[in-house]
Amino acid sequence: MITKSRLQIPRPTARPGEEPDFSYLDLSPAGSVDKPSTDARTRDIQHLSSGLIRVLDDDHTAKGQWNPNLDTTELQVGLRWMLLNRVFDERMWQIQRQGRISFYMQALGEEAISIAQGMALRPGDMCFPSYRNQGLYMYRGVSLVDMMCQCLSNTQDMCQGRQLPIMYQSKSGNVFSVSGNLGTQYPHAVGWAMASAIKGEDHIAASWVGDGTTSEADFHHALTFAAIYQSPVILNVVNNQWAISTFQGTAAGQRRAFAARGLGLGIPGLRVDGNDFLAIYSATLWAADRARRGGGPTLIELVTYRGGAHSTSDDPTKYRPKDEWASFPLGDPIERLKQHMISEGHWSEAKHEKLIEELRVEVTTAWKKAQKYGTMTEGPWLDPGTMFDDVYAEMPQNLESQRRRMLEIERGE
Amino acid sequence: MIEAIRSAHDIVMDRDPSVVVLGEDVGYFGGVFRCTDGLQRTYGEHRVIDAPIAEGGISGAAIGMGVNGLRPIAEIQFADYIYPGFDQIVSELARLRYRSCGDFFSPVTIRTPCGGGIRGGQTHSQSPEGIFTHVSGIKVVMPSNPYDAKGLLISSIESDDPVIFFEPKRIYNGPFDGDPEKPAVSWNSHPKGEVPEGHYTVPLGQADIAREGEDLTIVTYGTLVHVAIAAAKETGVDCEIIDVRTMAPLDVATLAESVKKTGRCLVAHEATRFGGYGAELAATIQKECFYHLEAPISRVAGWDTPYPHAFEWQYFPGLKRMSAGIRRVMEAG
Repeated sequence: MITKSRLQIPRPTARPGEEPDFSYLDLSPAGSVDKPSTDARTRDIQHLSSGLIRVLDDDHTAKGQWNPNLDTTELQVGLRWMLLNRVFDERMWQIQRQGRISFYMQALGEEAISIAQGMALRPGDMCFPSYRNQGLYMYRGVSLVDMMCQCLSNTQDMCQGRQLPIMYQSKSGNVFSVSGNLGTQYPHAVGWAMASAIKGEDHIAASWVGDGTTSEADFHHALTFAAIYQSPVILNVVNNQWAISTFQGTAAGQRRAFAARGLGLGIPGLRVDGNDFLAIYSATLWAADRARRGGGPTLIELVTYRGGAHSTSDDPTKYRPKDEWASFPLGDPIERLKQHMISEGHWSEAKHEKLIEELRVEVTTAWKKAQKYGTMTEGPWLDPGTMFDDVYAEMPQNLESQRRRMLEIERGE
Repeated sequence: MIEAIRSAHDIVMDRDPSVVVLGEDVGYFGGVFRCTDGLQRTYGEHRVIDAPIAEGGISGAAIGMGVNGLRPIAEIQFADYIYPGFDQIVSELARLRYRSCGDFFSPVTIRTPCGGGIRGGQTHSQSPEGIFTHVSGIKVVMPSNPYDAKGLLISSIESDDPVIFFEPKRIYNGPFDGDPEKPAVSWNSHPKGEVPEGHYTVPLGQADIAREGEDLTIVTYGTLVHVAIAAAKETGVDCEIIDVRTMAPLDVATLAESVKKTGRCLVAHEATRFGGYGAELAATIQKECFYHLEAPISRVAGWDTPYPHAFEWQYFPGLKRMSAGIRRVMEAG
């Protein structure tokens, strides 16, 4: 027996040069977790936060009560948008590497989350995304050109050069502005959903954070407020195992699943295979239905893996095994949906390759168009005077005079 | 002033169903200072919401409500408690309109009692306005009397910009001239203690001349407006006293016009001196009025220590220090 206090230092199971080891991940066979009614009491469905809701099995069949039974068209829509997300990211990553945008973040390996959840929510539901939810903006109608122009900070930039690349917003698509400070959007989603309930509307809100961000106070504020007021909100934790170099155990304490974080507050948790398009869709629909019926919030943990670097400024080979993703037991979300569709007879390798080619052309065409609105080295240029706009609803006198002075300096006066 | 603040809530809530109130103890109880008394009975639990003790959560949830078309008034029970909400206020509330080019904004008003003189010690006496005037994208307001409190609060709530509305709690129940030995005075006999019942506004961004004078301009706000008036009387110096009312954005024109007239300026606030808002006032006035100044601008402020419980009146920049400040500027140059 240990007789002294001790400090626990969480350590990942493998570092560079070591064999990847995902034995710490609790897995459930596809189809093995039951699907309760959406009005089940939290205390009766606690097991959903420790099991793993999976539909797509290793043999590519869809199994169990959580199978959403999507039709072929819906599956193709899902696959298309996931692929577009990946092809877009691939291209934008290269573009950053060529020095033509300053920064980029890809969603490699996590595409099913934005797309399946985007599809499961209604257009009037409000999304409060993190920085790896570009798929939500795409699915909800932001054009590739507009997204590229944002990354270029050019004359067509929706943020007029005020935000880092990838920090999009879409008012018409009901996708909130990405902050850059982690987790701040979580209480916004809760407050937004409270307002929806106050107004008697049936729109719900959804928000996303990573495993690392669950340590932020805003995560706990959001859960507390959501639980107290039974706010109609879906709070998602994208557990992609890594927060830059901080592995998920440094946020989880290597004890219990993130999905269980709400149980003490009475918030049900669903632990979901985050690389299983069908399971994500189904779990989101369940939580949305529960929220719309007055059942309050649900915390969904999406177990996935960050396939790429955190951002273009990161080098993951310094802190994790190079080939770790290949050993991740939940595979690649696009490959899994593709194989399922092939096994169902709705899809083929040839169609898949053709679609990828089409999407690459779409992205290339968009990139050509986006550059016409300006690049980092070529005009047209944004008017720097606009940097004083929108600080307030109306420009106060001190900003007006600063703007005049700045423009004088720019003109060499 | 408490009734003026309560009345401002009542009037805007009656006119605009999108106005909601949330904060600790604001609902059933009506607030620890009674500023929301009776509102929950009138407007219901959905519009006057008792919040858990989480200022970060109150700030964050209020922002989300504002994004969804409500007009939230969030009460932070003491300005000293505002810091857990600091990131939400600075990084989100203040910058949302800017970062989204106006696509999203949240018209939250954060009300919070500030200042000392109530035996509150270092966690119930602070004046952190200078921390927020440094943040672009929020407006910062502090009234010094009931008439302004109601009019400025209605303007703040109706503004599409976020506002931090500081309420100097020492003058909640009456003006205070800085002498704790004197018996408390109520607002009844004060010219700005009279508050119209209906809707009216005092515009944001406009300073007020609390006392006209020829010899020296005192630029101040909140409780110290009353201390300045008493000090003018005590010293016999014909002071012009400017009540800033809105610290950000600042009404530079009114300040400059006065200092150009008097040629002398004393800047006063209860908050700590170093890096305080008074430094901005002094720098701005110097820029605008340098060639009219007959003496260096001087400051009266709280000492650069936390607000001590037992030495409250040694800390508080009261009548003695204000009068000494007036004499210092009059004797210089």
